[in-house]
Amino acid sequence: MGTFTKKRDYSVIGKEIPRVDSLVKVKGKAKFVADFDMKDMLYGALVLSKRARGRVKKIDVSKASSLKGVRAILTYEDIPGENQIGEVVNDMPCLVPVGEEVRYYGDVISLVAADSLEIAKEAVKLVKVEYEDLEPVLTIEKALKNEVKIHPSGNILTSKKIRKGNVEKGFFESDFVIEDDFYAHYQEQAYLEPQGILSLYDNNYGITIYGSMQCPYYVQEMVPKVLGMSMHSVRVIQAETGGAFGGKEDVPSYVASQCALLTYHTKKPVLLVYSREVDIQTTSKRHPIKSHYKLGVTEDGKIKAVEITAHMDMGAYATLSPIVMYRSLVHAAGAYDIENVKVDIDGVYTNKVPCGAFRGFGSPQVLFAMESIVDEAAEKLRMDPMDIRLKNALRIGSRTSTDQLLTESVGAVKTIEHAMEISNYAELKKEMAAFNLENKFKKRGIGVSHIIYGISLGAAGQHLDAAGSLVQVHRDGSVNIHIGNTEMGQGAKTVIAMIASEALGQSIEKIRVDNPDTSYVQDSGPTVASRATVFSGNAVKKACEKIKARMEEYFSKTRNVSVEEIVFKNGAIKTVDNKHKILFDSLANECYNSNTKMVERGWFVSPKLRWNSETGLGEAYITYAYATQVVVAEVDMLTGKSQVIEAYTSHDVGKKLNPVGLVGQVQGGFVQGMGYGLFEEIKTTDGRITTDNFNTYIIPTISDIPQKLKIDFVEDAYSQGPFGAKGIGEPSLMPVPASIANAISNAVRKRVKRIPATAEYVFNIIEEVIK
Amino acid sequence: MLVRFNLNGEEIESEVRDDERALDFLRRIGMKSVKEGCGEGECGACTIIVNGRNVVSCLMLAPELDGTEVWTTEGLSFKNELDPIQKAFVDEGAIQCGFCTPGMVMSAKALLMKNPQPTVEEIKKGMEGNLCRCTGYFKIIEAVKKAADEN
Repeated sequence: MGTFTKKRDYSVIGKEIPRVDSLVKVKGKAKFVADFDMKDMLYGALVLSKRARGRVKKIDVSKASSLKGVRAILTYEDIPGENQIGEVVNDMPCLVPVGEEVRYYGDVISLVAADSLEIAKEAVKLVKVEYEDLEPVLTIEKALKNEVKIHPSGNILTSKKIRKGNVEKGFFESDFVIEDDFYAHYQEQAYLEPQGILSLYDNNYGITIYGSMQCPYYVQEMVPKVLGMSMHSVRVIQAETGGAFGGKEDVPSYVASQCALLTYHTKKPVLLVYSREVDIQTTSKRHPIKSHYKLGVTEDGKIKAVEITAHMDMGAYATLSPIVMYRSLVHAAGAYDIENVKVDIDGVYTNKVPCGAFRGFGSPQVLFAMESIVDEAAEKLRMDPMDIRLKNALRIGSRTSTDQLLTESVGAVKTIEHAMEISNYAELKKEMAAFNLENKFKKRGIGVSHIIYGISLGAAGQHLDAAGSLVQVHRDGSVNIHIGNTEMGQGAKTVIAMIASEALGQSIEKIRVDNPDTSYVQDSGPTVASRATVFSGNAVKKACEKIKARMEEYFSKTRNVSVEEIVFKNGAIKTVDNKHKILFDSLANECYNSNTKMVERGWFVSPKLRWNSETGLGEAYITYAYATQVVVAEVDMLTGKSQVIEAYTSHDVGKKLNPVGLVGQVQGGFVQGMGYGLFEEIKTTDGRITTDNFNTYIIPTISDIPQKLKIDFVEDAYSQGPFGAKGIGEPSLMPVPASIANAISNAVRKRVKRIPATAEYVFNIIEEVIK
Repeated sequence: MLVRFNLNGEEIESEVRDDERALDFLRRIGMKSVKEGCGEGECGACTIIVNGRNVVSCLMLAPELDGTEVWTTEGLSFKNELDPIQKAFVDEGAIQCGFCTPGMVMSAKALLMKNPQPTVEEIKKGMEGNLCRCTGYFKIIEAVKKAADEN
């Protein structure tokens, strides 16, 4: 049990602890939504638009309705509440009405429920939809002409900007000004478990939704709107969620609305699980972003100014784009102390799949561009890429690109130093030069990237940036923790259990973190933005501390000792002098017998941020994570095929709470970022996604990973984080596409300006070099 | 048609449809560890062991199970005692969302049955058919190595 002292030696925090949900998962007993079996359950399926743009003239369901086993076929006329939906802008129909336009290949026109999935799929084929063909808008360029309007308001939904200092003055003071264009393509989240919802009906309580999701409160807000019900009649419980990566932020609200409509009309349980094809074709992706960067530097490598214009392809509907854009805006100028910054970003509609949330939320695209142009500046100045980054890195007292003063927890410089150290950077450069001398058709390059990542929803999402908890210690000492943020694989339950264990003094085995249920905890915002550890973590810590204080008080009174003498640790309570000791479980029982309140709520609200959306200046996020990465890539000069040989990455996480989980996040984020950097390619024909399963949309396999990935953590504590922690979920991916693009550029001596840097693309830029 | 086969050490007799996928049939009789991730044999979430080999059950028809010996993850942990490969996955932190885990574990099991001491390259070859989007595979390789060392 260790020694009992009052000082801050944590018993759980920072220790290697197995995941709390690993046993149930390794036994195959974790219950994902498709694993629920309900009596009389029906199966749902969708009738989707087969046009990128067209007007619906007629929907004929007569043949499909007469199929045996079909229980419901619904169209827009069957929606009791609002048909016009959207998480930020109500620009999307739940079901496209007759007379209205379909705006992408995948718009939902009708819903089917049947006794079996086979019958439901058969019925989908029998629903006849007649269209008037309309010319689709499939590129950003065409959309910007505004000749064909996708929505009545025009094709640019929203524009955001930063105006810091005076870029003209900055360029004037620069010795070199470098300009370039960059393009970052789509990326598909490719969570292994497809979207899925189960909805149930009860005469007294209304609708209960189980599902694979990141944000139960989004679902609890949208479903009642569509059904014309009050929020108290819709209860949402998260089922085990098989990966999400942003792809289950707002999308489950739509899936749940579809499923709940079928339950509303049939009064039966309905299971709606998307096939992989429907999932890839209809659900949101990482936004393609086209950008133009102009960077001014002095001879000694100081960045004086950066001017950026960027266009995001939002696809047919806004979904989360306006807030994704906010993050693109804030991260566009990267992790540097730059006096003069000008950024303009437009969100543009096209007749393609709507884009939305994906790990990094609009920032990997712009970080790739920024890190590329910084490398171009270094080349121009014959400076080492690390030196230029070190020269411009953010420190305590620096101001970010939005003019936010950094006052604490800025581990940026340390991550640069550590990345150089763990990669043996100077030696690595020599090794690579030697390799390239010996090899004619295979060339290696070193790529570096240095990034910043805003933790929390930021100034644009402050109204959602709070989180709650409900903690109950039972008579036998076992503990239930309810939170509003979800476990989707990232390890939230484990880190929350660790925080609770540390704060309560109960051993972690006695603590259960339950899946979020909207009836227990107040809206805690979405599980995004690497915020669960900080927000739910703080909320749980607060509730646990209240209960512990009450147990301490009871112990102190009954044992006649002062509170200062009592130590709670790992399931036992003792006095410092060892005179009194009792198991946590027994003390819990005593507290029950004395009518002590053993249930508490915690509520954490983020520090308020001051932000001016006119100038794009102010406090953008509550704090930032930083990372620096070194990657060695090898390019086959005959085919253009590239691979990552080894990588070194240093992350400032504030405080390591769960070391195993942290490493897992960084490894997973690296490989997902590598897929984006190298080969994950969404292809479309006439606006239809043709790479709609894993035989055409290729994600990394076990054979694609680098031989070595060395991981380092910088701990520069954040005072508002639980035990000093910041988030890691997204920062893990952020540096990867950029460092890979820089490594390939370094290998082929030509700038990679597009990600993914597919074999075809790299082959073409090599050919240009030879020509 | 009627199929007779051995499932997780027990003789099973069941009616199946001719066109029923082994995946759907196994899930229908309660083997929910067998997951569907793609339906095209690409992701490996539905991996089971048939006569000692790892097989994607979405590309196998239920009638083909007749006369075979089949293992799913449900059969691995006997009386709550984890199989060494399962234990290694837990100990090494090779699990995140858990959706690929049962299929991953079955491929690892099949690999170790054939080759008790695989090299890293052999592990990669043996597990190539199983996609994981969370872990980046590093800890999965460690887990298989650990289970092999304890063999």
